[in-house]
Amino acid sequence: MNSLLLAAPVLVPALGAVGYVAFGWRAATAWVGSLSAALVLAAAIATATQVVATGPQSAWAGIIRADAVSAFMLIVIGAIGLIAALATPAYLRAEIAAGRASSRTATRHSALVQSFLATMALAVLAANLGVLWVAVEATTIVTAFLVGQQRTRDAVEAAWKYVVICSAGIALALLGLVLLAFAAQHAGSGSGLDWSGLVASAEHLDPAVTRFAVVLLVIGFGTKAGLAPLHAWLPDAHSQAPAPVSALMSGVLLSVAFYAVLRIKVIADAALGPDFIRALLVIAALASLLVAASLLLAQRDYKRMLAYSSIEHMGLLALGAAAGGPLAMAAVLLHILGHGLVKSVLFLGAGRVLQVTGSSRIGEVRALVVRQPVLAGVVGFGVLALIGLPPFSVFASELGIARAGFADGVGWAMGAGLVLVVIIAAALISHTSRMLLGSQPAPDGPGAATAPARLPVLAAAAMILGLLGSAALGISAGPLSDLLQLAADILAGA
Amino acid sequence: MGVRVSDALYVQLLNLAAGGLLLTAVLALWRRELSVIIRVFAVQGLALAGLVGVLAAREGSAELVAVAVGVLVVRVGVLPWLLRRALATSGADRRETRPVVNVASSLLAAAALTLLAYAVSQPLVRLSPEPAIHAVPVALAVVLIGFFVLVTRRRALSQLVGFLLMDNGITAVGFLTGAGIGLIVEVGVALDVVLVVLVLQVLTGRMRETFGATDLDDLRELRD
Repeated sequence: MNSLLLAAPVLVPALGAVGYVAFGWRAATAWVGSLSAALVLAAAIATATQVVATGPQSAWAGIIRADAVSAFMLIVIGAIGLIAALATPAYLRAEIAAGRASSRTATRHSALVQSFLATMALAVLAANLGVLWVAVEATTIVTAFLVGQQRTRDAVEAAWKYVVICSAGIALALLGLVLLAFAAQHAGSGSGLDWSGLVASAEHLDPAVTRFAVVLLVIGFGTKAGLAPLHAWLPDAHSQAPAPVSALMSGVLLSVAFYAVLRIKVIADAALGPDFIRALLVIAALASLLVAASLLLAQRDYKRMLAYSSIEHMGLLALGAAAGGPLAMAAVLLHILGHGLVKSVLFLGAGRVLQVTGSSRIGEVRALVVRQPVLAGVVGFGVLALIGLPPFSVFASELGIARAGFADGVGWAMGAGLVLVVIIAAALISHTSRMLLGSQPAPDGPGAATAPARLPVLAAAAMILGLLGSAALGISAGPLSDLLQLAADILAGA
Repeated sequence: MGVRVSDALYVQLLNLAAGGLLLTAVLALWRRELSVIIRVFAVQGLALAGLVGVLAAREGSAELVAVAVGVLVVRVGVLPWLLRRALATSGADRRETRPVVNVASSLLAAAALTLLAYAVSQPLVRLSPEPAIHAVPVALAVVLIGFFVLVTRRRALSQLVGFLLMDNGITAVGFLTGAGIGLIVEVGVALDVVLVVLVLQVLTGRMRETFGATDLDDLRELRD
């Protein structure tokens, strides 16, 4: 029973994928996706409760294992998966109505999204870093066709870039894992790539080999997490993918890859002391923030704007991780959830704006407040939440990251990072206000309606739910506090 | 079980296989005819399977023999077959026309990368005196050359070969260090690689459908 509950976040979406392949996408199966995501969330919460009460759980002969960090990441996957799933039927119906998709496309989309959820759940549940690697690489495979779903030139190109850059990056991570296994073998612990075994025997790992391995692992998983310098795939893939997929990729997949970096960091801290990986993370973080700031200032495409903002937030996570310490780690985890909620809502909103106006250019979307008040409200509040205004949780987590950074010896990097964050916030506000305000375009000009004007109730509810969740988290972490604290202690190596 | 191979023969065979790996990587960098590059890649797979076979004979391990057969099937059979299929559908454009770096400079770069591989793998060599570990720099050089092919080639198919060269190199490092990353993980890795190649093969097909060629120079639409 217990092992079934633990494995449910992998098994339920896997079954969902099989179901979609067998029965296709139709009115009766459109809700299977939401049901499966809801079950993942429920299983994640149950697992988290057990972990808080009785400690780490494991199953499948020790292949999957959930400690507080895994349980927290499962909740992130379930929550954001649910938001994206609730908005998916309306999105697919609008695409089919506009002739950009068929029910076959919808079937494939749904089956791939379900496999996507299963692979992400496996990644965070893997006890062994090798299994984690396989799962992360599998996410690339299942999302490749989702990115290229539109079959336009831009979409196919984005998919190619995505697969080539991410696979090459993740191949470097594999080399890192091989070297880490070699170091572990010479340390004589017999742990192989089992994460807790590696942490326990970390001080016996050969420092020179481990250093080499850690560099490769941070670059490799950092590529998949969208950290500079190998971030070039991200704006293309996240802007070309269908909206619910962009929501999942930006909201969850990036953090799942970053979760791997966090696990590596614990081993590196114990084997090499905190300074080595801190330097790597600070470089990656500042480079990512710089890339995001410089390309956001003159950005003309709102989906790419959101994608660059994801690079910014990954940079912030890396800065927080560089600070280390339980407080910083709690803030990092909260930021993962808060950013995921808000960014998925924004990508769903952006997808809807694209369906309504037919253009992804910022300059061609105007007066959204008049034409689509609810949608405009969601996008407006979403951007305010994203730049870290209270009461939304991004405010609390950014504050936590900044405080930890100034306290823990990465003050200068944090100062530089905050300047860039302010520049990015200004750019986001100015671009969004141009879309929301302004005078209404002529009815037949660019931006003439191509989709039914009313926002479907369920999609609206999903987006508002995400924003409310983020606001509630910002006021109090509530029942999550215990889990967050446990997880932060694990990641800080305390 | 099995007959233990004598030390001198073992070292010779090991070096032969490792030399084959590096030589094929350099050949893949040198030649431009895509069909030749694919054949070179298959030969490299053979060298890799041979390497695993030598290690299997040395350790008398039945499991490693099975793995060597698996490597042979995937890297000499399945992957080159997939590549040839991708090439067959690609019509007339069968040559790497204008690589970003010309051949002479590429070969110089390969030499530099090999030196770099020797430099960075010193910590490993220091950790263990085994002859297998002494071959690790060669495998690392293959990884680096693969990465170089990946970033300097314009044809989609050549980039794919670059990725596969990297993967061969990494697999070789794995076997040479003898670091057991676990059977589940190894099967997972092999499966992932085959799937990645399948995905990329389908994508090259779609690229041709949507814009004619698979020259990545045409991939310029998504710049900021």
